[in-house]
Amino acid sequence: MSKQYEAVIGLEVHVELATKTKIFCGCSTEFGGAPNTHTCPVCTGMPGSLPVLNKQVVEYAAAVGLATNCEITQNCKFDRKNYFYPDNPQNYQISQLYLPICRNGKVEIEVEGQKKDVRIHEIHMEEDAGKLVHDPWTGDSLVDFNRSGVPLIEIVSEPDMRSAEEVIAYLEKLRLIIQYLGASDCKLQEGSMRADVNLSVREAGADKFGTRTEMKNLNSFKAISRAIEGEMNRQIDLIEAGEQVVQETRRWDDTKGASYAMRSKEDAQDYRYFPDPDLVPVEISDEWIAKIKEAQPEFRDEKKVRYKEEYDLPDYDIDIITGSKHLADLFEATIALGTEPKEVSNWLMGETMRLVNESNMDIDDVSFTPEHLAKLIEMIAKSEINRKVGKEVFEKIFKEDVDPAAYVEEYGLKSMNDEGALRKTIEEIVENNPKSVEDYKAGKKKAIGFLVGQTMKATQGKADPGIVNKILNEILAQI
Amino acid sequence: MSILDLTAVELGKKIKEKEITVVEAAKAALEQIKALDGDIHGYVSYDEESALKRAEEVQKGMDDGTYTGPLAGVPMAVKDNICTKGYKTTCSSKILENFVPTYSAQAVENLIKEGVVFLGKTNMDEFAMGSTTETSAFGVTRNPWDLEKVPGGSSGGSAAAVAANECFMALGSDTGGSIRQPSSYCGVTGMKPTYGTVSRYGLIAYGSSLDQIGPIAKDVTDCAALLEVIASHDPKDSTSVELEDYHFTDALVDDVNGMKIGIPKDYFGEGLDAEVKEAVLAAAKKLEEKGAIVEEFDLGLVEYAIPAYYVIASAEASSNLSRFDGVKYGYRAKEYEGLHNMYKKTRSEGFGAEVKRRIMLGSFVLSSGYYDAYYLKALRTKALIKQEFDKAFAKYDVILGPAAPTTAPKLGDSLSDPIKMYLSDIYTISVNLSGLPGMSLPCGKDSNGMPIGLQIIGDCFKEKNVIRAAYAFEQTRTYEAPEIAKGGAR
Repeated sequence: MSKQYEAVIGLEVHVELATKTKIFCGCSTEFGGAPNTHTCPVCTGMPGSLPVLNKQVVEYAAAVGLATNCEITQNCKFDRKNYFYPDNPQNYQISQLYLPICRNGKVEIEVEGQKKDVRIHEIHMEEDAGKLVHDPWTGDSLVDFNRSGVPLIEIVSEPDMRSAEEVIAYLEKLRLIIQYLGASDCKLQEGSMRADVNLSVREAGADKFGTRTEMKNLNSFKAISRAIEGEMNRQIDLIEAGEQVVQETRRWDDTKGASYAMRSKEDAQDYRYFPDPDLVPVEISDEWIAKIKEAQPEFRDEKKVRYKEEYDLPDYDIDIITGSKHLADLFEATIALGTEPKEVSNWLMGETMRLVNESNMDIDDVSFTPEHLAKLIEMIAKSEINRKVGKEVFEKIFKEDVDPAAYVEEYGLKSMNDEGALRKTIEEIVENNPKSVEDYKAGKKKAIGFLVGQTMKATQGKADPGIVNKILNEILAQI
Repeated sequence: MSILDLTAVELGKKIKEKEITVVEAAKAALEQIKALDGDIHGYVSYDEESALKRAEEVQKGMDDGTYTGPLAGVPMAVKDNICTKGYKTTCSSKILENFVPTYSAQAVENLIKEGVVFLGKTNMDEFAMGSTTETSAFGVTRNPWDLEKVPGGSSGGSAAAVAANECFMALGSDTGGSIRQPSSYCGVTGMKPTYGTVSRYGLIAYGSSLDQIGPIAKDVTDCAALLEVIASHDPKDSTSVELEDYHFTDALVDDVNGMKIGIPKDYFGEGLDAEVKEAVLAAAKKLEEKGAIVEEFDLGLVEYAIPAYYVIASAEASSNLSRFDGVKYGYRAKEYEGLHNMYKKTRSEGFGAEVKRRIMLGSFVLSSGYYDAYYLKALRTKALIKQEFDKAFAKYDVILGPAAPTTAPKLGDSLSDPIKMYLSDIYTISVNLSGLPGMSLPCGKDSNGMPIGLQIIGDCFKEKNVIRAAYAFEQTRTYEAPEIAKGGAR
């Protein structure tokens, strides 16, 4: 490749909001459920039914907008996007085109120490569609409207990103802001966060944009990275071969590592958008905005600074802990019980992360209670159990959220801190292992390790290794 | 005197006083339907068995004090675009031929609570698109005053059924005059309330920003009483408004002394039938004699109402009717290949010509490149028309004019010339575009013996002004039923 190319990337990110009920009716948004059980005349598009806006959707959308430095449209409206598809019960989707709730925002991202702003063009509210299910036995297509009417926001960025790394940093940033707001769990795999990538390439330094494509079906950060690399290379190859990039929508197949065209611009539908006459304009007063602002949580950037100042944790630890709202909440809740911050951080960074990785789970699915971790740390600090037993107990806490005190009691894991009893056990071991004693006396100081091991074995690991060492030394000195 | 000659409120009173039972009233209406509806065809469907069962239940409910309202026990009809739970609601369209809603419209719920008896569903122009009830997929409705003439539309079935004594009152819906114009043609009284007064929940939408459910009855008193029952603030309808005052019957006072009435000169120009003009102006004179101050004025923009209406209503309709696709309910083409062919065939076979015309018109005005030139311009025109009315209502309590330019035309005359049919709504349409309340009531007959309708228009949420003026005028004449109505069940 003789020329240098750069990618120009903009993102359309759909986020499913964590409201209890749908955007225009009272049906539950709960995942799962037998097909068409979370439905009513409104979300199945029955004749004569009418939508009524769920105020919580407006609050979440405005909260995300405020957290991403957007202007709030204080008189925003809903529009109908008309297209025929069986998962769309009215054959129009209620969305926002002309007056979206948020506009002109930006978020700061950091890639390899370089900071930059990604501008947000707009955020709008809309309803999700139902799901088509193809019955392989009968050949029929069936529709499940449980997801129909689940609230979404679409966050549309400006074409400000230049690499997969920047895209991932931007998505991570959005994900954390939204998670911290509690507006969504933002899980790509489960579809509560979906990103479409608009990408074009141009010679580095050129002013004009190239022809862009839109990539869909990106279900993980890894898939997004791969799709961006793949699409960049595909477009560069076309340009190098003197061919044209066609403006089209493409679908990424992550298992094949390739994309294929879904529809070109010529096939693009005319959605015949117009204001939905069934919904009145949404008036967002200054007071309402102030209330939403006031309810905003401490975001990650603020938390990072505070953790450094208040707890003096290593930057690496801070990064990991604040990298998940769930983990940060767990950390803070455990500290609030009076536990030493560094100790809590160690358990989260060490054992927790180890077990998370081992079981290949999402950090957000860690489900033990802060009370149990705090209690465990306290028991170790008071030498009620030793650190090794502590790790065993923690694994139980991690997996089943057991109460460490009850568990230790039930399985008799308490440390043997009764020096008299311990001394007696050690005396027996010394007596039964004359060879080791001889070695020790002959200067093989390592032999003491074997004796400690024997003691731990005899006490089923419950003895405090420090005390065992101390007593052993005393006994051996007397021999 | 037959039970059928009573007004709804008179009947309600007699039922309450145990002079007539609910079952007797229902039977009288059902007999009349059986005797006349073969000719008139005001009903798409009626159900004798369930009506009589309901009548018995209501009688019990009245005896034990559950139902105490003035309309309890009164048998009525409902336009077939208003959802009735468990009972077919077709919009007079093949595409909804077998559609049974799982819920009732809020207006119907309110009537159930009042204790009315439902007889059946009335015929209409398909999806309320038309001004003659001739676009119904289930056959035309005939005008009880002359079976060769149309009853008007789109609520022609309701107006004809009331005129023919096939029910004591009915619900209609009005998007561009669909209550007032057929009321005028059939010599009955109908009212379109201010947009937002009656919940649209369960009204199958045509032009959502214009549609309102309203009463059609024999007189102003019945209209006011029926409106009082159906009007309510409904959280299920975002455009429903909470009123301070729902006591419309309080305005039934024979007193217009000092009331300011505006006569828009623009409503009396070219195209208005001379006999209609004479009757309407005579009505104005009657009110003047009663002490009202009557004055002519220039309304302006009248000629822009029809084009603005057809752009807005068709645009909304093209989207509202897209849900009828053969996927979830209603008609589906018998044979098709693949999804798009199914959509195409279902909608081609399921919709009639007028509905297709408006879907295409609406789709066109919303398409990219035309949206600004048509749809946005129509919205701006709508806003300007409203301003004209605002100016008028700064001076007048009500505006008075004809409900339609002519009396009922012959069957078949209008469909051949849609523009002519569209023009028959010229005096009613701007009222919908401005969200205003309007009432049509009989004010005379032409030389052929066909009824002429007087329209009284009020400012938004000033239904009481309209009702007061209409009631005062009504006191100067007596209600007349068509001959055919008298020949039915005795």
